Amino acid sequence: MNEALKNLLYRMADDELIIGHRNSEWTGLGPILEEDIAFSSIAQDKIVHSLALFKILESLGEPEPDTSAFMRNSLQMKCCHLVEYPIGGYDFSLIRHFLFDTAEMLRYQMLEDSSYLPLSLLAKKVRGEIKYHVFHANTWVAQLGAQGNEDSHSRMQSALNLAFPLALGIFEPSEFEKELKNDGIFGGETELQKRWLEAISITLQKATLILPQIETVVPSYGGRTGSHTDLRMLSLLSITIFHGILIVLPKQDFSH
Amino acid sequence: MQIITSLDPRVNRAALPENPDTSFVPKEELDQFKTYEVFHQPKSGARHLHVGSVHAPTPELAIAFAKEQYGRRGQSVSLWVVSTDDIIALDTSDSDVFETATEKPYREVNAYANTREKIESFKKEQQA
Repeated sequence: MNEALKNLLYRMADDELIIGHRNSEWTGLGPILEEDIAFSSIAQDKIVHSLALFKILESLGEPEPDTSAFMRNSLQMKCCHLVEYPIGGYDFSLIRHFLFDTAEMLRYQMLEDSSYLPLSLLAKKVRGEIKYHVFHANTWVAQLGAQGNEDSHSRMQSALNLAFPLALGIFEPSEFEKELKNDGIFGGETELQKRWLEAISITLQKATLILPQIETVVPSYGGRTGSHTDLRMLSLLSITIFHGILIVLPKQDFSH
Repeated sequence: MQIITSLDPRVNRAALPENPDTSFVPKEELDQFKTYEVFHQPKSGARHLHVGSVHAPTPELAIAFAKEQYGRRGQSVSLWVVSTDDIIALDTSDSDVFETATEKPYREVNAYANTREKIESFKKEQQA
């Protein structure tokens, strides 16, 4: 049971860690000041969620949070491909924020009933925060999809087409799925994906954006077993504090 | 054009020129989003207080921004946004209407500052 639980926790923690750092790259460069503050704050929340998960892992005999977060190599990282992608334009970053956070919210909703108490407590604790994240994402997606102009609509649609197969990788089947379900720890990725598709469809309809037919796309699997889109990005992830701002630098940048 | 290179990938992405062109083109008026005034309620039953404003394209996004700008420290139980255009203000040239003549101290708070002492001294006077 421990191995299955740890696997689930690492998947979740790594997703939150990487998307938090990715989104923090917009800090100071957001489209307007207000959005910069909101998006940076959301990014910070993700890092804190990952810290909470690494702390649970520590209580299960894993290394302390900083070591878990920054000292593992890419093969040991269990994040999905969606969160690894560079931030791209604000269209892609917003769509990723929307797809990821909706899944995150629904996952924690399922975990509120988890038989593993630390997870169900955490799920209840982060509920309000994630509700805001999803509200923020939904508002932007509806705005740029339905109330913007032709350019904003087509950019959001292209970003969605690119991000959808990556997002399906969030729900990459796990060898531990059955065990987690039987132990009442987590209801499983298949169930989560079903709920996620229903939830995003509602917002996308409001946004007049079209979800690609799921049968026509190939889910971007592999992240959960250590096969990542950009090995360099994960294995050489280097994090530094500069004037109180957390900055993620690919290591090769230090060479010049 | 030379671009500033930095260890910070965000600076590189911004593609800032090494020698910026200093001849700025004046911007058109109101090239920003409109503003919304933000009111928060610190606790249930309390009045909503004005805490600032946000730029936003729509009321929904104004609420989304206001929550992070003014409500993220957990001091609010309720939040309002009002389009700044909808606020009716007194003409600033008429602000002299706030001036009051000095002969009406009974209208001002200060006149009631030491009420208890005044009562006591009045009572003493009566007893004397």
